[in-house]
Amino acid sequence: MEATTPVQTPPAAGPAAPRPVFEVEGLHIDYTTELGVLHAVRNVSLTVHEHESFGIVGESGSGKSTLAMGAIRYLASNGKVTEGSVRLNGVELLGLSSKELRELWGSRIGVVYQSPLSALNPSIVIGKQLAEVARQHLGMDRAAALARVAEMLAKVAMPDPEAVIKRYPHQLSGGMLQRCVIAMALMTDPSLLIMDEPTTALDVTTQAVVLDLVADLKREFASAILYITHDLGVITKICDRVGVMYAGEFMEQAELHELFKRPRHPYTLDLLGCVPHFDPTPQKRSLVTIPGAIPRVDELPPGCIFAPRCSFVEPACTTARPPLAEVGEAHLSACRRWRIVPPPEEHLRAATEALATAETAEGGKATLVEVDDVLVHFKAARGLIRNREQRLIRAVDGVSLDVRSGETLGIVGESGSGKTTVARAIIGLTPATGGKISLSGRLLEPSTGRRPRSSLREIQMVFQNPDASLNPTRSVGDAIMRPLTLLGGLGRQAAKEKAENLLRAVSLPASYFERLPHELSGGEKQRVAIARAFAAEPQLILCDEPISSLDVSVQGSLMNLLMRLQLEQQTSYVFISHDLSAVQHLSDAIAVVYLGRIMELGDAVRVLTPPSHPYTEALLSAVPLADPDVKQKPIRLSGSVPSAMDVPSGCRFHPRCPRFLGDICVEQEPPWREGEGEHRIYCHIPLDELARLQAETLVLNPEEGGA
Amino acid sequence: MHVAVSDPIVAEEETLSGFPAQMLTERPSSVRIYWRRLKRRPAALVGTIIFCVFLFLAVSGPWVAPYDYQAQNAKVRLDAPTLSHPFGTDQFGRDIFSRIIVGTRNIFLLGGIGTFIAVVIGTAIGLASGYVGGWVDEIVMRLLDVLLSFPLLLLALVLLSTVGPSNLNLVFVVAILYIPMVARVVRSMVLDLKNKEFVEAARVRGERRSYVIFREILPNSLPPLLVEASMRFSYSIFLVASLGFLGLGVQPPSPDWGLQINEARNFFAIAPWTLLFPACTIALLVVSTNLMSDGLRQVMLPGGGRN
Repeated sequence: MEATTPVQTPPAAGPAAPRPVFEVEGLHIDYTTELGVLHAVRNVSLTVHEHESFGIVGESGSGKSTLAMGAIRYLASNGKVTEGSVRLNGVELLGLSSKELRELWGSRIGVVYQSPLSALNPSIVIGKQLAEVARQHLGMDRAAALARVAEMLAKVAMPDPEAVIKRYPHQLSGGMLQRCVIAMALMTDPSLLIMDEPTTALDVTTQAVVLDLVADLKREFASAILYITHDLGVITKICDRVGVMYAGEFMEQAELHELFKRPRHPYTLDLLGCVPHFDPTPQKRSLVTIPGAIPRVDELPPGCIFAPRCSFVEPACTTARPPLAEVGEAHLSACRRWRIVPPPEEHLRAATEALATAETAEGGKATLVEVDDVLVHFKAARGLIRNREQRLIRAVDGVSLDVRSGETLGIVGESGSGKTTVARAIIGLTPATGGKISLSGRLLEPSTGRRPRSSLREIQMVFQNPDASLNPTRSVGDAIMRPLTLLGGLGRQAAKEKAENLLRAVSLPASYFERLPHELSGGEKQRVAIARAFAAEPQLILCDEPISSLDVSVQGSLMNLLMRLQLEQQTSYVFISHDLSAVQHLSDAIAVVYLGRIMELGDAVRVLTPPSHPYTEALLSAVPLADPDVKQKPIRLSGSVPSAMDVPSGCRFHPRCPRFLGDICVEQEPPWREGEGEHRIYCHIPLDELARLQAETLVLNPEEGGA
Repeated sequence: MHVAVSDPIVAEEETLSGFPAQMLTERPSSVRIYWRRLKRRPAALVGTIIFCVFLFLAVSGPWVAPYDYQAQNAKVRLDAPTLSHPFGTDQFGRDIFSRIIVGTRNIFLLGGIGTFIAVVIGTAIGLASGYVGGWVDEIVMRLLDVLLSFPLLLLALVLLSTVGPSNLNLVFVVAILYIPMVARVVRSMVLDLKNKEFVEAARVRGERRSYVIFREILPNSLPPLLVEASMRFSYSIFLVASLGFLGLGVQPPSPDWGLQINEARNFFAIAPWTLLFPACTIALLVVSTNLMSDGLRQVMLPGGGRN
């Protein structure tokens, strides 16, 4: 428990202390807006050494990108650094002319943005774009620059660099593009590399590959890395030091391990509690919630800016703003009560509650929905003259699963795996082209339009994008009342009362009844969408990535809400997500989907512990867990999910399978291997063999043990 | 079946005390937001004000005009602008200022009703075609393409010379010409909206097709539709004036602006004001309507919209 050996230490840079490369001191950044001057970043200091990466974590609106971009003076025209000092290798940046800055940006500072596709010009081949940097900043000629590009692409582990040089950006996958952008940023061997959410847009398996790459590059290049992310799991893979930002200020700064194991600020503590703990046991617990929302920077409370949401607040906290002060070795906290901040495990026990599902989990629950060998095939659009032959997109290609009454079935998979299409086939929005779907024993029509209202009301859906799931012209109250009057047959007055109850059930104030969607935050919109789904009193709610576009703390409170409503209503969920930690937190059973086919299906605990399908194993190795002590296997998948028009022969996972056996996987479809309980794995490797192969190294926290 | 949805004790648990005060109190209505945005765009504001003045004249023209638009006065034929006749007089000694004022109603009625019919029918076609999709959409759109492929004025001339010039025919010609354009705009909005998740949510709860179209999709296409309608209106002013000028529009002695320009051609050398003022008025109304519709676009569809 007290072992504080940092994981992933940078290579020893000799006995001398590492040289500071990037130093920010007392930085203030203002934006001039129509609301007046906003102090977006206030009195922020940080130091990054060579070979070191400094992680900035924070929720949206915390000012983390503004800080990084403002420090190198790359701000929108209405942004301005008003105070402070920024030194790169001892050179003060704030006094430089704009010409000197331009020189510096490309050569001494590299930036990697979130979206690789928009960071590259779509009409210029990769080689030429990257060579441009070498010619501009290193003064190389064409040939030398291209050689340098090939060398850099090889360094970022790009397969076949020579071929990639001649490609256009749209011909590469997201992960490969991000590698190109990283290669471009490192071209000039910069002193500072700023990475702004570089893996957020990528699939979890690709993210793991890119994170490995960054960790390797950190050893090879002396660059100081400023890594911005909202994802606590990603931070543990990359960073040596971490700063937690909140509403424009640092709340805490510490070494990675120290921050995660011994946080000295209540905000850090709460953030850690918002993320689901990876803990494959049937026992479910709620997550820590942070009440309220981040204050706007022009409406900060007078004392500590976190005080209104803090669970350790005392009257003195609300009068004066505590400074960021040293509370331990290289550990800074902006809390006056840092001494009483408990260890994370203790806080977790105190601030969360066990949910009573354990006793009911065992024993046969009734099957609510039965999906039997469902196919969803689309005809690919064909050209008028050329390309006459019709091609088939096999989005869902023979999926069978059951949803048990009152339980949650989690569906995980990479993008393009067909997980959403399965849900849309169940509800009928994308009609199944084959197979059977039945609800409580009654066969359902494939298309929504042909189902009677009585069966429509039994299945509802919560959509992924909160901004599109509510009609912008209808008030919140209208949105919730409509299913009550239409499907519930209630009169207006009764519907209004019921809608107000539902609003309360999703923890929104009654005053929201008259509001229009644009007046709500993303999390609030999603709460309304959940209330609307529950209004029909359905037996099944399909949740299609309902939380993935939201902030960590909002995700936590929505997961709590979903679990609480399930306990009250005994509603079944199908929870679709690419985020394995969220799925394992909510689900009783899990289906792992790849390219339209289920690879593994069973009770959550059984799926997450050996024996697992090699694909599940790869996902488990790739998911970034917010715990620096957890050791994960270094299993990485190469490439990306193939097109559903060209499904590989035999086992469709074989081209990427890390446990590929040989011809049998290419030629024959694997059998279903039945494990204990209702656990099934679609693989040529027998279960005991899989168990033996995976025994030593599946994800598990060595101390806590788990199941 | 009836399940108690809310447990007050559990609901209390996640208190809302931390919500910033502004989120609970301030609720600007969308009209007020539009007005706030409009105030920051002086050109759009000026355009709107000028347009409103014209609108006022269209309603109250005969009462505010200083002279009867038909009153001839042989003593002041082709007089230059004076204080008593600010825009001068025409070949019959009629006050041009009054004729322009009274003529406003004409152009608003012809262009306005024509545009209105085009918007109603075009919206209906666009909604149906976009929502149904498939081969229906394909056929409707190709038919509209045929209409669009004729030069606008030429098509108007052909239609009017076939059915004969009259106010009613003029209105229908304006409508026919603009239906395809409105339909295209509405259809593109429908295509964008019909796969939005709130529309899917409506389908999932078994709403009728008419409900989905008129309650879920139509209200969200109104802002771009309004912008489109105001653009169409400003072009219809051109069209009506051009047709009047060519003698196929409103017939004499109506105080139509295009007609006035046509009649004034013969006197341009000796009395340029007879032509200049009606022409400038048309330009002013078109420019102000354009400024207003540009403003509407910026105000109602911030961050792009069309074009």
